[in-house]
Amino acid sequence: MKKMFKITTPEGLHARPIALLVTAVTPFECAVQLTYKEKSVNLKSIMGVMAQGVAPGSIVEISAEGPDAEKLFQTVTEVIVSKGIGEEC
Amino acid sequence: MLEIQGIAVSQGIAFANAYCLKETDLSYEETQVADVDAELERFNVAVMKTKAELQEIYEIAQEKFGAEKADIFAAHLLVLEDPEMLVAIEAKIRTGVNAEFALDEVSNMFIAMFEGLDNVYMQERVADIRDVSKRVLANLLGVEMVDMNRVASDVIIVAKDLSPSMTAMLDTKYVKGFITDIGGKTSHSAILARTLEIPAVVGTKNATQDIQHGAPIIIDGTNGKIIVNATSEVSRFYLQQQRLHIEEHEELFRYRTLPSLSADGFSVEIAGNIGKPEDVGNVINAGGDGIGLFRTEFIYMERQELPTEEEQFQAYKSVLEKMQGKPTIVRTLDIGGDKHLPYMKLAAEMNPFLGYRAIRISITQQEMFRVQLRALLRASAYGNLKIMFPMIATLDEFKMAKAILLEEKQNLEIGGCPVSETIEVGMMIEIPSAAIIADLFAKEVDFFSIGTNDLIQYTLAADRMNENVSYLYQPYHPAVLRLIKNVIDAAHHQGKWVGMCGEMAADEIALPILLGFGLNEFSMSASSILKARAHIAKLSKQQLMTHNERILLLSTSAEVEEYVKKNLLS
Repeated sequence: MKKMFKITTPEGLHARPIALLVTAVTPFECAVQLTYKEKSVNLKSIMGVMAQGVAPGSIVEISAEGPDAEKLFQTVTEVIVSKGIGEEC
Repeated sequence: MLEIQGIAVSQGIAFANAYCLKETDLSYEETQVADVDAELERFNVAVMKTKAELQEIYEIAQEKFGAEKADIFAAHLLVLEDPEMLVAIEAKIRTGVNAEFALDEVSNMFIAMFEGLDNVYMQERVADIRDVSKRVLANLLGVEMVDMNRVASDVIIVAKDLSPSMTAMLDTKYVKGFITDIGGKTSHSAILARTLEIPAVVGTKNATQDIQHGAPIIIDGTNGKIIVNATSEVSRFYLQQQRLHIEEHEELFRYRTLPSLSADGFSVEIAGNIGKPEDVGNVINAGGDGIGLFRTEFIYMERQELPTEEEQFQAYKSVLEKMQGKPTIVRTLDIGGDKHLPYMKLAAEMNPFLGYRAIRISITQQEMFRVQLRALLRASAYGNLKIMFPMIATLDEFKMAKAILLEEKQNLEIGGCPVSETIEVGMMIEIPSAAIIADLFAKEVDFFSIGTNDLIQYTLAADRMNENVSYLYQPYHPAVLRLIKNVIDAAHHQGKWVGMCGEMAADEIALPILLGFGLNEFSMSASSILKARAHIAKLSKQQLMTHNERILLLSTSAEVEEYVKKNLLS
C-alpha cells in the first residue's frame, strides 16, 4: 500500500512533526517507508527521516507492507491532517 | 574551609550546595571483545538507563518550561529508540568491538550525514545526536553527566561561563546564585543574576577547579566572596550579613511608591531593564517608572526557529498591559556580537563586535525585522510603547529603519489594525560615531538611550569580556563622560530627552555626574531601582550642575572617581 502527501508545515519536516509521525507508526508491526526525491527511509527511524531534509511544499510517499498496513495508514493520515503536517494528494 | 575571591556582580548572600557544570570526561579505549552477547547486553542496559534519564528530564522540562520547549527531549528519546541506529550499533558490536567504539562510530556516521545536508536546521540537529550519544557513552563508562535540567533542590551554579542560552534554561526556583570562572560586571550571567535578584560572583578564574560538585558553599555577591565548607562561626557571620542585607532592602522599600525626584525637585524617570516578559514583575515590584530597555533577543532564543509575529505580539502585548500605560521602550533585535541564534547560521567573524549584528542585520534581512515591527505595532494599542534601534552608526541606518517601521505601520492601518499614534521612535547611542554627531541625530529621533556597555568598549577599543584588557573598561574615562555630555546637550537642544540603559546608570559614582549632566531617564536592573531613587532623592541637581565643567576637565578615570567621592557623595 502507498499514499502520497503534500507537506505543508512552513519549515518542512522538522524534528517536531517527524517525532509525531515516528511515534505514531512505531507501534505497528508492518515495515513502513517514507520516500522523498527517490530515496526511501524507514519511517520508524527519526534520524533517517530527518536526514531526508523534506522541504516545505514537497510531496512524499509513504508505503507500508504487512498485516496491519491498513490500520497504519488510517493513523498516519489522521496524524498528518489533524496536526497540520500536510494533506493527502 | 576555602575562601575564593571574584568580582561581585549581583548583591545578596546565599547558602546552598555547589552545582558544578563541568564537561564530563568521556574518553575510552577501542578494544576487542570476546563475549559479544555480554557486550550487547551491556549496551542495552546503558540504553535503558539513558532512556530513564531522558524521560525524567523530559518530565522536569515539561513542568518547568511547558510542553513545547520540552519537545526537544521527546525527540532525544526517539533518537535513542531509532531502529536504524540501534541495528547499526548492534551489528558493529557483533564484529567484536566494544560498545563504546560501536556507538561512537555509528553516531559519527549519522552526524556526518546530517552535516552534509543542504539544510541549516538539520545540520544543527547534530547537537541533539551528540547529546544523546554522549549520555549513552556516559552510562557505558559508568560516569555521571552533570545536567542543569535535573536540578531539583537548592543549588549555586559553578561554571566556567554561562552562555545566554544556558542561563535561559536555569530554574530560579532552585538556583540561588552563580559563580563563574570568567566574565565581568557586564557579562550576561551577571546581568541575568541582577535581573533575577540572586547573588553572583564572576571572574573567579579557578572556581570550577577549586569547588567540588555538591560542596556546601556560601556566596557573598556584595563582596565577591565564596566560602567553601564554612566553619560554623563563619556561617553564623554570613547568616547575620544575610539578615542585614534583607533589612537594608526593607529600608529602601519605602521608596517604592515615591516619585523619582532630586532633593531640589528635578524629576527623572527610573526605569527597569528586562530580558523576558516575566521580568516585568520585578520592575513593578521595585516601583519602576517604566521599562527603559526590553531586550527582545530572548524571544528569539531557547528555540529552534524564528518566533512568529503572533508569538511576538503576545509577548509585547503582555509587557505593555502589565506596565499599565507606563513608558515601555522595546529595543529591536540585537543579535550577533556575543549573542547567536543557532537557527540563523550567521557566519563566524573575526571581529563579531565590529561585524554583522543588530540593526545591520535588520536592515539587510528585512523580513525578520518587519515581522518584529508588525508585532510591536499591533501591540502598541495596549500600552505606552516606544521603539528604539540598536547599534546605529549612521544617519542613513536610522532613517532606513524608521522608514521600514512607518511602512509597516501604514500597511497595518490600511488593513484596519489599530496602531497607537503616539509611538516614540528613538535609538541607542552605543557607537562613538553616533555620540559625536548626536546633534544631527537629535533632529531625527524622539529620544536617545545611551547603551554604556557598548559605548565604553567601542570608545576605549577594549573587549569587556577579555580579562587582559578589562582594566580599560572605564565608565568614568573622560572621553566617555564627554561623549555622554555631548549627547545629552545635543538632545536637549532639540527638545528631546535622553535615557541610559547601561550598567552605568545605576553606578553610585556615575549617578551624580549623570544627574548633573541632565540625564532624564535612568534604566537599570530592577534590583537597583530603589537604591538609585533613594540616592537621587538626596542629591541637588542645581548644585551638581555647578561641577559639570570641572568634571569634564579631569584627565583620568581615577581623578573623576576621587572628585565625585570628595565633592558629590557627601
